[in-house]
Amino acid sequence: MIRLVYYELIKTFLKKRTYIGFLLVAVIVPLVEVAMKLEGGRFLQHSLRSLQQDFFFVGNLFNGWFVAHNMMNSLWVHIPLLISFVAGDQLAGEATAGTYRLILVRPVSRTRIFLSKFYTTVIYTIIFVGFLAVLSIGLSLLLLGRGDLIVLGRGILVLPESDVAWRFLVGYILAAWAMLTIASLSFFFSSFVENAIGPIISTMGVNMVFLLVTVIPLELFQDIKPYLFTNYMNVWLKIFEDPVPWDSVWTSSAVLGAYSLAFVFAAWLIFRRKDILT
Amino acid sequence: MTGETILQTKNLGKQYKSRWAVHHLDLEVHRGDVFGFLGPNGAGKSTTIRMLLSLIRPTEGEVFLFGKSLEREREKALMSIGGIVEKPDFYNYLTAHRNLEIVGALNGGISRKRIAEVLDLVGLASRASDKVKTYSHGMKQRLGIAQALLADPEFVILDEPTSGLDPQGMKEIRDLIRHLASDQNKTVMLSSHLLNEVELVANRMAVINRGELVTQGEVSALIEGGEKIVTVKGGPAEKVRSVLSTLGTVGKVVEKGDAFEVTMSFEDVPELARALVREGVDVQALVPRRSLEEYFLSITESGVPEGKESKQ
Repeated sequence: MIRLVYYELIKTFLKKRTYIGFLLVAVIVPLVEVAMKLEGGRFLQHSLRSLQQDFFFVGNLFNGWFVAHNMMNSLWVHIPLLISFVAGDQLAGEATAGTYRLILVRPVSRTRIFLSKFYTTVIYTIIFVGFLAVLSIGLSLLLLGRGDLIVLGRGILVLPESDVAWRFLVGYILAAWAMLTIASLSFFFSSFVENAIGPIISTMGVNMVFLLVTVIPLELFQDIKPYLFTNYMNVWLKIFEDPVPWDSVWTSSAVLGAYSLAFVFAAWLIFRRKDILT
Repeated sequence: MTGETILQTKNLGKQYKSRWAVHHLDLEVHRGDVFGFLGPNGAGKSTTIRMLLSLIRPTEGEVFLFGKSLEREREKALMSIGGIVEKPDFYNYLTAHRNLEIVGALNGGISRKRIAEVLDLVGLASRASDKVKTYSHGMKQRLGIAQALLADPEFVILDEPTSGLDPQGMKEIRDLIRHLASDQNKTVMLSSHLLNEVELVANRMAVINRGELVTQGEVSALIEGGEKIVTVKGGPAEKVRSVLSTLGTVGKVVEKGDAFEVTMSFEDVPELARALVREGVDVQALVPRRSLEEYFLSITESGVPEGKESKQ
């Protein structure tokens, strides 16, 4: 199996499309962070204007941690899109290229080939989220310095700097976990079509619709929400609450994991019996 | 002489919606055969080969390779087989060598030495480290054969290996197939829509049309045996008719327009010619034809490819 995964990684990481995500992150993250620096604290001041009349804030709250925390919002839509470029191509790409005919006639079960491709998708997702984490945190700390982290959520929370780094670490691990659900969904779509465009668009479509249903506070949607995986994707944000609602973090993580498993299982059911016609 | 049965299909069939692409197909390939699988475009050849290599699932029937059921013992059945299905496709952004490494990994790992060997065999050694996207069609075809031979299989299935090649390329592939069969003791099955090509390399063959088996057996027996037809053109027609009716060596006579299709042995053609001339017939043509060839021409000319089977 290790050998199969090794060659799947070679196939994936020698393909140009794999670097689209890395390239875009490498361009957009510095762009946004430099703009933030030039903009100065105006963005934050605007949010805090009313409060500044009543409270006195110590030190600089417009710092690297604050910007890095805001960059995590890209995990809702942008990062899923970039992940689906690769995850949606894993199976469909072989169909498009006609290379299923090269690999599925070998004395290796389809299940093993399927798993080696899924493991590759997992490894890619983790590397990609890791890349985003290192670049966005590293660069923002470098550009904007350190300090306490102000979290603007339902209320305003200021976390002392000594209590921040671990939250980013755990937050990004949970983000990677959530992104695996997106990757699995994309992988599932990839199993039954002959072209990667379909899985990319379907993944984004499902993600956006589910997100809208999740965030729009309509009575009608309240009953559906618990069944949508997007309802649990905010797990990485929960780490920045004080105290951390661990029960809710575990539940959300378990639900996301169950969704991932279900998507991959469904993909496997389709793939193992699929007629290869391309 | 026939050896052990290497490939056997029993009542093999594949249905797409209401149409049977392949139906009631019983094939048998023996060890040492160069087996021609002949049929016009759209006859079901590729669908059959896809079923033999487990790319598609038969709707009915079963495939046995080396006596093992492809359905129940897939990995064992596929262990000693290499093949190309339709046009050879590769990871175009990778080198030929890397492509073969990937294929080799799926065969339990293949040494660099063996990869170099097969690339050399198909004449691609000097281009091994070039990306496949720089390859011509002929080179991809040869790389296709290289990947089929990589794990040194006993049985090689080649789907239209000469399609799209120039005459020189076709000859090279034919020579390679002969080399595989005679020097390397491999059993080869090749599909083709050209009777002539099968005749040149194969010792046994099956003919398939509209998904069903037409005939199967020794190439020489199928081509030489069976009925032979001589087309007679000349006039006046009454005189031709009277000659044909008096000659004892003449079998069935069918009139088609101004021509007569006469079933008879080729050795008796000179006698027919003399009789026609003696009776004052102006002979325009006497064309001997073998019935299989005749039959094959008729199905390849009228055999309209339908739906799934048409080649891109």
